[in-house]
Amino acid sequence: MTINEKQDEIIEEFSAFDDWMDKYSLLIEMGNELDSFDEVHRKEQNLIEGCQSKVWLHAELNDGKMEFQGDSDAIIVKGIVALLLRVLSGHTPDEILDADLYFIDKIGLKEHLSPTRSNGLVAMIKQIKAYALAFKVKQN
Amino acid sequence: MGLNIQEIRNDFPILAEKVYGKPLVYFDNAATTQKPLSVIEAEADVYRRVNSNIHRGVHHLSNVCTEAFEEVRRKVAGFINAGSNEEIIFTKGTTESINLLATSFGEHFFSEGDEVILTEMEHHSNIVPWQLLQKRKGIHIKIAPVTDDGELDMDAFEKLFSGKTKIVSVTHISNVMGTINPVEKIIEKAHSFDVPVIIDGAQAIHHLPVDVKQLDCDFYVFSGHKMYAPTGVGILYGKREWLEKMEPYQGGGEMIDRVSFSGTTFNELPYKFEAGTPNFAGVIALGAALEYLKSKNLNDIWDYEHDLFEYAMEKMKAVPGIRLIGQASDHTSVISFLLGKAHPFDVGTLLDKLGFALRTGHHCAQPLMDRFGIPGTVRASFAFYNTRDEIDRLSEALNRVGTMLG
Repeated sequence: MTINEKQDEIIEEFSAFDDWMDKYSLLIEMGNELDSFDEVHRKEQNLIEGCQSKVWLHAELNDGKMEFQGDSDAIIVKGIVALLLRVLSGHTPDEILDADLYFIDKIGLKEHLSPTRSNGLVAMIKQIKAYALAFKVKQN
Repeated sequence: MGLNIQEIRNDFPILAEKVYGKPLVYFDNAATTQKPLSVIEAEADVYRRVNSNIHRGVHHLSNVCTEAFEEVRRKVAGFINAGSNEEIIFTKGTTESINLLATSFGEHFFSEGDEVILTEMEHHSNIVPWQLLQKRKGIHIKIAPVTDDGELDMDAFEKLFSGKTKIVSVTHISNVMGTINPVEKIIEKAHSFDVPVIIDGAQAIHHLPVDVKQLDCDFYVFSGHKMYAPTGVGILYGKREWLEKMEPYQGGGEMIDRVSFSGTTFNELPYKFEAGTPNFAGVIALGAALEYLKSKNLNDIWDYEHDLFEYAMEKMKAVPGIRLIGQASDHTSVISFLLGKAHPFDVGTLLDKLGFALRTGHHCAQPLMDRFGIPGTVRASFAFYNTRDEIDRLSEALNRVGTMLG
């Protein structure tokens, strides 16, 4: 599946709910189901500290495709991390660099990506792109 | 006499707003309070009718505007029972008032190795200005600890004094826990060592009557925006004897007597500390806020808010998994809590979607969070326009949120 196909799939899943609490229930469920974060990667250099919540992100390149692990101390943030990793894991650095992450806005979670939200997600997406760029440079 | 809460609510237009289609429940009053129509109108009216730079012109509007501005200085002096109008300095807010003191008092009275006493429950704005002074002058910062109940440890506080103590700077009321500190005792103790005291009144001024003469504090600072006035206006009250000895904080217009390149002489109090054009529209609207508060009577406000707090505590204690942070015997209407193992950010995000405005995080008091070993709290802070019905709704919402995050 392409990045956009995955985004459309998520939009479809969330479209079943028009109540905020139902959307957040689904997000919390996704946060709870996120693959557990490998403790060896829980180190300072993988920590993205927001003013309120923390995000951990680990990235590696396997056979030209990027694989991510992520975590957060806040479950809603963790749910969004789960969505981002589902969309971006398994893609090439180029695909990730070109990705337009429109699904966050479409499912009504845009506020969480506002720089004022201080939850570490904005910095996380920047970090994902920075990893993609670094791996791309390394490959070439 | 009692307060007519419905009538009061009608005075605050924002309370009729809806968020996500739900009625707004505004429980973030410790961050900033909402403004009554009379305050909004007073500020708009300045621009509509009298806007003109103050203390400058010979023309009519400038005189009217200056008089309205100075009238508020007199009102503030009366409100806190200051000895004279000259002891009231207008600033941008509590933060600027403390920065002014740490700079002007600090530069004049501190030498390397001298000490300031703070407490563990201070807002960052009463910590960082002293750390900056520490960098500039090599002073020491001593910290009075907080007990498990969220009260100031008075025995430990008293032991911090030494011959090098130059000032004590302490909050009247904790912005996180609502603890009311025994400021009379603190001031008495400090004065017994001939040490002056700054009281950070940001969380107190709109909750209880403050009498600076009776307190005998040397400085008392607060913000307009937490007392139903516009943002960008603050007060520094200081005893004349101290203010006269202190150097100006910033240079510019208004604060000078005469300027030449061979040297400048400074204006008298209070203008010595008011460089540049002040936020006169905000100050004039602060006057309207003072009138509003006086018309409601601070004692009645205190009784009502206290009753609301007691009711809220009872309701909150019944919420499964709730952990209250700070349970001082003397407190204002602020409740900080954690819900089970849930992160405060999650609780706040879900409550937001249910129409509640609360604050989550460390509340600019990270040392206090460290003291309790927590990343932050969820904070509900009430004002006199809040109701029992809103608290009932919060308790229902917390039950729901607790289940979702359980």
